[in-house]
Amino acid sequence: MDLATTTYLVVGFTFLVYIGIAIAARAGDTREFYVAGGGVHPVANGMATAADWMSAASFISMAGLIGISYNGYGGSVFLMGWTGGYVILAMLLAPYLRKYGKFTVPEFIGDRYYSDTARVVAVICLILCSVTYVIGQMKGIGVAFSRFLETDYETGLYTGMVIVFFYAVLGGMKGITYTQIAQYVVLILAYTIPAIFISLQLTGNPIPQLGLGSTLTGSDTYLLDKLDQVLAETGFKEYTTSVRLSTLNMFAYTASLMIGTAGLPHVIIRFFTVPKVRDARKSAGWALVFIAILYTTAPAVAAMARLNIMQTIEPMPGQNMEIEQRPAWFRTWEQTGLLTIEDKNGDGRLQYVADPERNELVKLDNDILVLANPEIARLPNWIIALVAAGGLAAALSTAAGLLLAISSAISHDLLKSTFYPSISEQMELNASRGAMALAVFGAGYLGLNPPGFAAGTVALAFGLAAASIFPALMMGIFSTRVTREGAVAGMVVGLGVTLFYVFQHKGVMFVSDWRFLPGLGSNWFFGIEPNAFGCVGAVINFAVAFGVTAITGAPPDRVRALVQEIRVPAGTTAATALH
Amino acid sequence: MSKLSEDQAQRYWQRNRSLMFRLLSIWFVVSFGCGIVGVDLLNQVQIGGYKLGFWFAQQGSIFVFIALIFYYVFAMARLDREFGVEED
Repeated sequence: MDLATTTYLVVGFTFLVYIGIAIAARAGDTREFYVAGGGVHPVANGMATAADWMSAASFISMAGLIGISYNGYGGSVFLMGWTGGYVILAMLLAPYLRKYGKFTVPEFIGDRYYSDTARVVAVICLILCSVTYVIGQMKGIGVAFSRFLETDYETGLYTGMVIVFFYAVLGGMKGITYTQIAQYVVLILAYTIPAIFISLQLTGNPIPQLGLGSTLTGSDTYLLDKLDQVLAETGFKEYTTSVRLSTLNMFAYTASLMIGTAGLPHVIIRFFTVPKVRDARKSAGWALVFIAILYTTAPAVAAMARLNIMQTIEPMPGQNMEIEQRPAWFRTWEQTGLLTIEDKNGDGRLQYVADPERNELVKLDNDILVLANPEIARLPNWIIALVAAGGLAAALSTAAGLLLAISSAISHDLLKSTFYPSISEQMELNASRGAMALAVFGAGYLGLNPPGFAAGTVALAFGLAAASIFPALMMGIFSTRVTREGAVAGMVVGLGVTLFYVFQHKGVMFVSDWRFLPGLGSNWFFGIEPNAFGCVGAVINFAVAFGVTAITGAPPDRVRALVQEIRVPAGTTAATALH
Repeated sequence: MSKLSEDQAQRYWQRNRSLMFRLLSIWFVVSFGCGIVGVDLLNQVQIGGYKLGFWFAQQGSIFVFIALIFYYVFAMARLDREFGVEED
C-alpha cells in the first residue's frame, strides 16, 4: 500500500474514533458541559490533561527547537519550563480551585475579589491567552493535513474544524475529556515508536532516555560526545553546554514558562472535572507522568536526529555528501519548503556549517526533526502515517480544550454571572453551545487568515498567563487581604507591561513595521528576551497588587471565609460557620 | 464531617505551607540550581554519556518533579486524616 493510502486510513480511523466517542459522551446539562459532570477518574483526567496540554508545538516543533534552534542545552528551558509548572499547579492552585468547586477561572477571580470588574478583566486575560494559542493549533491542523495528506491547507483546516465542532459542541467538556484520552494514546505512540527505533539504530538501546547517554553502536564513543565533536568541527557551539543568550535569560525563560503553564485557564479547568480535592492533587501527578513520557523522549529525538542529519551530510570529516546522491527524504522535504539547499561554492557537495556565508543547508526547519524522523530512520509507511495522526491529535486536543475555556468564559462568566443572571439552565447550555460554535468559527477564520503574527503567539500566551492570571489566582488563595482594587490593578499592569515589552521588540500585534522605541536596543531589560519576560510581568503584578492593597480597605468578611474554606479539603472551618 | 476550630484550621494551613515550602525548595534546586545556575559545576561530573548538569536540565529535573508531586499527594493525604478533613 502506498504512503498516501495508508495515511488516509490511519488518520481516518482516528477521526472515526473521536466521532464515536463524541456520540457516546454527549453533555446533557451545564455541569456536564463545563466540567464533564465532575466525575472523571484522576488517572483519566491526567491523561486528558496531558493531551490538552501538549499542543502541535510540543509534538511537532519542540524536538527541533531543542536540537536545531537552541542547539541542545539551551533548549532545556522548554523541557524544565513546560513540566515544572505542574509542580506549582499541584501545590499552589489545583486543589484549592477544585475545592472552590465551580466551573471557570474568571468565576473564582470574580468571587474572590468580590467584583464584576475583576471577573471581566479575568475574562479578557483568558480570551487573549487562549485565542493567541488556538490560532497556532488551527495552523498546525492545516499544515499537518497539507503535508501528509497532500490536500491544500484550507481543506485540511475545514476538516479539522468539522471534527472539533462535532465533539466539542456536542459533548462539551465531557466529549472533550474522552476524546483527549484517545488522542493522548495516538500521539504518544506516534512520538515514542520512531524514537525507539532511532535510538536502537544509533545506540542499540531501545529506551531513548538511556540511549541518549549511551555509546554509539560499534564504537566506544558516547553519542553526546560525538555530537559535541561533530558540531565543533563544523563551527557550531558545543551541544551539551551552549547557553541560550545568558544564564539569567535561561533562568527567566524557564520561570516564565513554568508560571505561564500553571496559569493557563484551559489546563486549570481540567482539574475541575475530578470528584475530590485529593484527586486534583493526584491528577496533576499523573498528568506530569504522561507528559514526561514525551518530554524526556524529546531531548533524545533532538540529539539523535541532529547527529543523523550531520552525519548524513558529512559522514567523515571533509567527505561531504554529493548533492546528486542525497537521500529521498531530502527531496521530499525540499518540496514542502521546510528544507532548502544551495550549492554556494559549486563543488557539487553539501556543506552544513555554522558560518552563514558558507552554509549550504540554507533552510532547516525545526519541524523537520519530528516529521522526517521516520523517513530518516527508514521506518515503514504505517509509522509515517501514525506520525501524521499524532500531530493532528496533538493539535485537535489542545484546540478543543482552548475552545472550551473560551466558550465557558463567554456563556458562564459574561452571560450568566455578569450581564444576564436570570438566564435558565437550558438557555445557558444552549448559549454555551452557541459560544463554542462561534469560537470554532472564529478560530477557523483566524487560521485561514492568520494575522501575520501566528508564529509569535504561543510564546505570548505563556507570557500573558504568567503576568496576569497566575498571580491573581495565587494571591486569591494565599492571601486573605488582597483587595479587588489590588487584584485588578495587578492584572492590568502585569498584562500591560508584558505586552509593551513584547510589542516593543516585535512590533504591535507582531507587525514588524510597528516597532517602537528602537533606541532601547534589543533585550534591553537585563538581556532578557521577550519570550522570557512573563516572569518579570508576574513580579510586577504581585508588587502592584500588594501596593494597591496597602492603600485600599480590607476585603469583606465573606471573602476571608471563602479563602479559609477552600484551603481545607472537607468540612467547614469555624470562620465559615459564622456566616 | 468535623468542623475545624479557627486554631486547627490555621495549624493545618501552616503544616501544608511548610510542606510546600520544603518541596518547592527541592523543585527550585533541581531545575534552576542544578539545571541552570550550577550547571557548569555539575557538568564536571560524568555519568555514562551524560554530563550531570546537562542530565538534570534535560531529564533529571523532570523525574524529580514527578516524585515531588506524588510525595505531596501522599503527605497531604496523611495530613488530611490527621486533622479529620479527608473527603468521603
